[in-house]
Amino acid sequence: MKAPVSWIKEYVDLPADLTTEALTDRLTALGLKLEAIEAAGAGIQGPLVIGRVLTQEKEPQKNGKVINWCTVDVGDANGTGEPQGIVCGAHNFGPGDKVVVILPGGVLPGNFQIAARKTYGHVSAGMICSAAELGLPDDGAHGIVVVPTDGPEPGTDAREFLGFGEEVIEFEINPDRAYALSLRGIAREAALGFEAPYRDPALRETPAANDDGYPVVIDDAIGCPVFVARSVSGFDPATPTPEWMARRLEQAGMRPISLAVDVTNYVMLETGRPIHGYDRDTLRGPLRVRRAAEGERMTTLDGTERTLSALDLVVTDDSGVIGLGGVMGGATTEMSATTTNVLIEAAHWDAVSMFRTGKRHKISSEAGKRNERGVDPTICEAAADRVVELLVELGGATAEPGVTVVGVPPQPEPIEIGTDLPARISGMPIPAETTIAHLEAVGCAVTVAGDRATATPPPWRPDITQPYDLVEEVVRIVGYDQVPSVLPRRATGRGLTRSQRLRRRVGRTLAGAGLVEVISFPFVGESTWEALGLPADDPRRNTVGLANPLSAEAPAYTTTVLPGLLEAAGRNLGRGAPGVALFETQTVATPSEAGAAPIYGVDRRPTDAELEALLAAIPKQWTELGVVLAGEHERAGWWGPARPAGWQDALAVVDRLTTELGVEITVESAAVMPWHPGRCAKVTAGETVLGFAGELHPNVCRNYGLPERSAAVVLDLDALIGLTPAVTPGPTFSTMPLAKEDVALVVDQAVTVASVEAALREGAGELLESIRLFDVYVSEQLGKDKKSLAFALRFRAPDRTLTAEETAAARDAAVARAAERTGAVQRA
Amino acid sequence: MSGPNTDYDPVEVTPLKAEEVDAARDAALAAIAAAQDLEELKQVRIDHVGDRSALALANREIGALPPAARKEAGQRIGQARAAVNKALAERQAVLEAEHEARILVEEAVDVTLPTDRCPTGGRHPLTTGAELIADIFVAMGWEVAEGPVIEAEWLNFDALNLGPDHPARTMQDTFWTEPAENHLVLRTHTSPVQARTMLTRGVTEDAPIYVVCPGRVFRTDEYDATHSPMFHQVEGLAIDEGITMAHLKGTLDHFASQMFGEGITTRFRPSYFPFTEPSAEVDLVCFVCRGIDSEDCRTCRGEGWIEWGGCGIVNPRVLRACGVDADRFSGFAFGMGIDRTLMFRHGLEDLRTLFEGDVRFTTAFGSEI
Ligand SMILES: [Zn+2]
Repeated sequence: MKAPVSWIKEYVDLPADLTTEALTDRLTALGLKLEAIEAAGAGIQGPLVIGRVLTQEKEPQKNGKVINWCTVDVGDANGTGEPQGIVCGAHNFGPGDKVVVILPGGVLPGNFQIAARKTYGHVSAGMICSAAELGLPDDGAHGIVVVPTDGPEPGTDAREFLGFGEEVIEFEINPDRAYALSLRGIAREAALGFEAPYRDPALRETPAANDDGYPVVIDDAIGCPVFVARSVSGFDPATPTPEWMARRLEQAGMRPISLAVDVTNYVMLETGRPIHGYDRDTLRGPLRVRRAAEGERMTTLDGTERTLSALDLVVTDDSGVIGLGGVMGGATTEMSATTTNVLIEAAHWDAVSMFRTGKRHKISSEAGKRNERGVDPTICEAAADRVVELLVELGGATAEPGVTVVGVPPQPEPIEIGTDLPARISGMPIPAETTIAHLEAVGCAVTVAGDRATATPPPWRPDITQPYDLVEEVVRIVGYDQVPSVLPRRATGRGLTRSQRLRRRVGRTLAGAGLVEVISFPFVGESTWEALGLPADDPRRNTVGLANPLSAEAPAYTTTVLPGLLEAAGRNLGRGAPGVALFETQTVATPSEAGAAPIYGVDRRPTDAELEALLAAIPKQWTELGVVLAGEHERAGWWGPARPAGWQDALAVVDRLTTELGVEITVESAAVMPWHPGRCAKVTAGETVLGFAGELHPNVCRNYGLPERSAAVVLDLDALIGLTPAVTPGPTFSTMPLAKEDVALVVDQAVTVASVEAALREGAGELLESIRLFDVYVSEQLGKDKKSLAFALRFRAPDRTLTAEETAAARDAAVARAAERTGAVQRA
Repeated sequence: MSGPNTDYDPVEVTPLKAEEVDAARDAALAAIAAAQDLEELKQVRIDHVGDRSALALANREIGALPPAARKEAGQRIGQARAAVNKALAERQAVLEAEHEARILVEEAVDVTLPTDRCPTGGRHPLTTGAELIADIFVAMGWEVAEGPVIEAEWLNFDALNLGPDHPARTMQDTFWTEPAENHLVLRTHTSPVQARTMLTRGVTEDAPIYVVCPGRVFRTDEYDATHSPMFHQVEGLAIDEGITMAHLKGTLDHFASQMFGEGITTRFRPSYFPFTEPSAEVDLVCFVCRGIDSEDCRTCRGEGWIEWGGCGIVNPRVLRACGVDADRFSGFAFGMGIDRTLMFRHGLEDLRTLFEGDVRFTTAFGSEI
């Protein structure tokens, strides 16, 4: 909402020495937030005067442009009284026109210094100004400002004519303060802020309703409780809007259109009450307000044909629907350039209905904005009367004696409040008298009985409906800046939860392992699954879809952490990183089978059963941990060549993380996209499949711009955290001497290290302290399908030094078990 | 290895002749002193105290002397040998020390060689920022509450006094899941976590609610330098007996000073949020210029204050819908953007750097923020 300071001051006597900054500071403190102070003409210095063009010679230039060599009468403003020679490139003016001239020595916005200078073969002494050059709103023509012939005489300072020096305050108006979408409301707040005398522009004597007015019938008194209609005749549609009114409309951000329309807009800005004007000669029979029939059609004055809903409020006459009540008028009865007889409608509309209709038809209008937030229902007569007054005064019209008033304004409900409530809620010592005085200051009618008060809000405050609304009114006048700063003393929290602590531990472990965390958007689509090579029946394709996605490419919420992570990896490599190791934790989801989530009322808590039904309808969501390793895993350097990331690095991350958390896992090979079918491990802990790790499928690497052999991990982080032991049992270990035995076992290629190791471990018995594979060897001698696995076995007893015989026996037992289980043969 | 003593040829020393013994001793001492390294000293040792050295041979001959001469000769030889051995040991120590020092010098490396074989990791500042905030509140006895990002419409809107026709619903353009009739949304704020906390935990005199809810939220904003369809919020909720706006102010002042430095406080301005009544915008004293000579400050753009978030007293309508006795308990709530907070705390110019995953961005923050 933009409000010229001079307009505000029409209704409130502010202290004479009050600066605009002090005014806006106070209004911001009261809840009308300052957005900007605009001062037209700011940045313009020096001689800016009215000039009259005496001569204008068109001079074509080599570059194809035509310039105007003008002489301009600027009175005595140039000190000589002689005509001023000025070159001008614009063409929307001619000899005899009055224009705005800035003379040498002047400065235009943007510190544009004006001096006499040679150009196009002339000395151009100044500039004929366009709206844009003056920092005024451009009317779209990009032309020179042409001053009406009855404007000021040449040589006069142009500032007053242009409205310069006038400050316009732009406020950010919160939805609950719809009354401040008017000068009436803003001035009222200023009066409140400075305890200054206030004149309500909507407080006026209006003629009493009579039976001579235009007939109006309300069928839906809930949708439209009040309808006031007034008429004028003999309006001269050719009369221009007076300069002062046009300027105020522009300052308030509205474009002047025609006098009749401008008057209705002016009164709307003044009072907050949207007004609709009809060309009375186009109306057929009585006006009627009703809900539309489903599917009924009409064309609004913006030329759009609309199909109506049974919830839309409409105004009709005998011809059918002629307006979407309170939102937008119809094309057939709109005021035009030939309208001489005007019917003025000032009606009060149900705010919720206005909001729904505006939303349904995607209409955003100044009238709708006010009607859907709530307008004072008691000022319809005053607003209509003000319109009549202005049309008579400015447009030569005659007021018709008929005054139609149908319906009665809804009454605000009284609210009971403890007079100490503002003090109790604000934490400030606000006495009862102050509470009562402040409630009265905002317009409430207050009666007091002991420590209780009953406050009836004023009609322009439909937002005040409960005691806490009254508290806000009192506290904002006392001042939010007066609220003391006190820490609550009773918080008795139990710290972070275990899973919160474990998630931090996971992040720190991975960062410590050289991985960098990323955060990606969770939006995916068909192309995502194609890039990942997921089969058609892959459950990960079963997503929670979005009804209104930002991109048609990604219309669903993801079921896996990988897509964003892979894109981030590709982006890093594309930006020249030699390699990346990334991790991400992402909430993933699968659709709920439970159907629609219920919508309950809010006048009570849902029952436990209702709550359970609500929670059951929410899609299952859990946290996935993803890792992507691509390019150089260890860098090249003076120590040697780079080592590219591979499947083993992915498994190393899994190992490091599960070791850190104390979760014992097993891995086995698996074939799952997007991994390489021969280089993918399924990671399991007990019965729980935690996820997969290994090398990415070459196609997937290609699709994401990653080098071949890039690797990835996906783990169910919630499951992993759930398996983490609460208390790590303290380890016991022997300090007796260590006995070492190395064995080399030849097995078939298909036999896994894990199976050989498990057999060795089992066979070696209790004396075995650790086992570790230290070499894998293949050769022609061994045979094509064979490999040799070299294990270091380490034995130790808790209580004694092992003898060579004991160690050898344990080793032999281990080898024997491996032979039995895996067909291993010990190499000589 | 060549030295002055290499060709030493021991002369025969007659033990009884003092001048001969002294000469042999002096020759040994001179050789010892002249030895330049351990190799040379080793040779000196062989030549002058070895089995075939003059003094050793002379020593051996003492036994053949007449008994009367033995004592004197023995003493003379013994003293000479002791002097030589002592000098040897001393020289040995000096040369060993020199040797070791030389090795250390020779082993010097260029310590400016790069050591970045294994690149550094890092945690995302949004993660560590949320943790920092959580820690500030946990230290005050608050708890950290969480909830799902795909949320029931009723919890995201209705329960928070944002009815189906509330104009505020158009202020937050919401992602709806398909079909929209299922009444599920990507949560537009973390406030449904507050509703869940009240609904599932309830409030009693002995168990007040003090929770902070950091989390990810979504709005249908086009992605640019200052807008993102996904961002992060932290909201707080306190419900207890006698909670006032003063407690809200105290809590936010403490939060501000912990987050931005001692002396950084907040300012309230009246505002409107359906969830709260009375409602306030929270501004933060600019932690760069501290509101003094702000004209050229880039952080607050000359305002001296930075818009930080919204807050207020929990609307009794919300308490009612969430099953809290609004006559006995009152509460306050607040919320601010974590992304935005980090942007001005760390001088980030483009919101998108948070979501691009460029490792150069994240590693700059390390593991804590
Ligand atoms: Zn600053």
